[in-house]
Amino acid sequence: MLNNDIIRQKLTEKFPDQLTDWNEPYGMLTFTVPAPLNLKVLQFLYDEEELKFQFLTDLQAVHYPDRKGEELAVVYHLHNLIDNVRIRFKVFADIDKPDVFSATALYRSANHMERETYDFYGVNFIGHPNLKRILNVDEMDYFPLRKEFPLEDQSRIDKDDEMFGRG
Amino acid sequence: MSEHILLPEGSIGKQTTTLNLGPTHPATHGVFQNILELDGERIMKSSSTIGYIHRAFEKIAERRPLYQITPLTDRLNYCSSPLNNMGWHITCEKLLGVKIPKRVDYLRVIIMELSRISDHLICNSIVGVDSGAYTGFLYVMQYRELIYEIYEEICGSRLTTTIGRIGGFERNFTPAAFQKLEKFLKEYPGVLKEFENLFTRNRIFMDRTIGCGPIGAERALNYGFTGPNLRAAGVDYDVRVHTPYSSYEDFDFIIPVGKTGDCYDRFLVRNEEMWQSLSIIKQAYQKVQEFKGAEAEVFHADAPAYYLPEKKDVYTKMEALIYHFKIVMGETDMPAGEVYSSIEAANGELGFYLVSDGGRTPYRLHFRRPCFIYYQAFEELIKGGMLSDAIITMSSLNLIAGEMDA
Repeated sequence: MLNNDIIRQKLTEKFPDQLTDWNEPYGMLTFTVPAPLNLKVLQFLYDEEELKFQFLTDLQAVHYPDRKGEELAVVYHLHNLIDNVRIRFKVFADIDKPDVFSATALYRSANHMERETYDFYGVNFIGHPNLKRILNVDEMDYFPLRKEFPLEDQSRIDKDDEMFGRG
Repeated sequence: MSEHILLPEGSIGKQTTTLNLGPTHPATHGVFQNILELDGERIMKSSSTIGYIHRAFEKIAERRPLYQITPLTDRLNYCSSPLNNMGWHITCEKLLGVKIPKRVDYLRVIIMELSRISDHLICNSIVGVDSGAYTGFLYVMQYRELIYEIYEEICGSRLTTTIGRIGGFERNFTPAAFQKLEKFLKEYPGVLKEFENLFTRNRIFMDRTIGCGPIGAERALNYGFTGPNLRAAGVDYDVRVHTPYSSYEDFDFIIPVGKTGDCYDRFLVRNEEMWQSLSIIKQAYQKVQEFKGAEAEVFHADAPAYYLPEKKDVYTKMEALIYHFKIVMGETDMPAGEVYSSIEAANGELGFYLVSDGGRTPYRLHFRRPCFIYYQAFEELIKGGMLSDAIITMSSLNLIAGEMDA
């Protein structure tokens, strides 16, 4: 039966000393992969006889402004449906050059999810067939879920907005 | 479909017609835009645009305490709000480490399965409407109303319910709620049977849906399908069984699977799931009735820091007043950590990825919306088919704009 220890052992054999931050929050195996390796790790997890992580559950990003040089974390959730094991791994990218390889060749489901991640965080997925905004308007020139865009102060009074009872 | 012949190149001007289906076309049941390239009535190419009702829930959630995010989840798949609410409560409870009593679990199961029935009922009857059979839709509305009355009795609202709280329910189910549930359990099976009789062996309906918008198992998995749409393709993946939550392991039920993944199979799978849901509700109701004495009054977990105390305690006890104030003002810190939790919503795996830095609001919250992910297959599903098949495919995938755009 596949469990977190076996997965970890297989991965460290294949990628010695390259995967870091091993962790198991709430039982889900979590680790960090260097950005240039993300496709190799995905491919290995997909193909390897015992692992077979062939279902991409979720893909999204998190912005950590304090981590200089690796502000954007792209988080992958994978699921092995046969043994029913889930894992999560993260890829960190520099916000000034947020290049991450696209997983669309392996998982078609990554198409919309990567477009969404690009839309909100500006992660540039190399090799994506159609990397453009998906939920926001095409004319938008910033990435709204980044932490440098705070939500509007709800008690502000300087706004001329008679329609909504302010100003 | 493939033997259809195009006019020879350059014979009379442009050979295809461009048609804008949506964003506000009545047959799309939501705000979607599909730009179709038609040759006669056959779809040669299509491209879809979404995001017309994007409301930035993930951004808004970053400034709200946990309990204020529940109303946001209502507006994902608004045909089955209670499922989304429960999914969110379960995620919070997982992060906070709150242990839920069995009775609350069973009450939640009743609510979740009722809402699954109401969602599938709408989806299946809309497939009927789009294939020209309005009767079924009009007929079952009355019985969805019964479900909404049960919600109303429990939480006071009908469509966007915000039902329950982190840790349980806001109050115990009233006897009237159980009476309404009994009424529903008594009347609904006959109606569902009649509804099935209207469609499943109906020659016209079969001709319209068999072989329409099919998808194979491997392709469906690769496209990230979950829920009834994946099961119609023949994969028996169900979060209720694979990762049981809310004591689903205590119930006996079957996961219906289809074979071809076409509209007809999706219809049958949803119908059978309604029967299974009915059986789960009956089992859960029986288990709820077995609690006696003080146990029969339990409707929330013991988590004073997160569960709003009763009003009479707030006015008389110091501790309750403090907790009440802290919860309402959003001044409760949550533990740092990251959690992914998912439930089997009506459309598939509804996941919540919650990252907390130990503050009062989530650092990052992401909704895994099943609709958003399987909609990418739509262009492929309708290619080469007729325009009217595209409409049925769309409704049988149960695309909900609110869930897609978040």
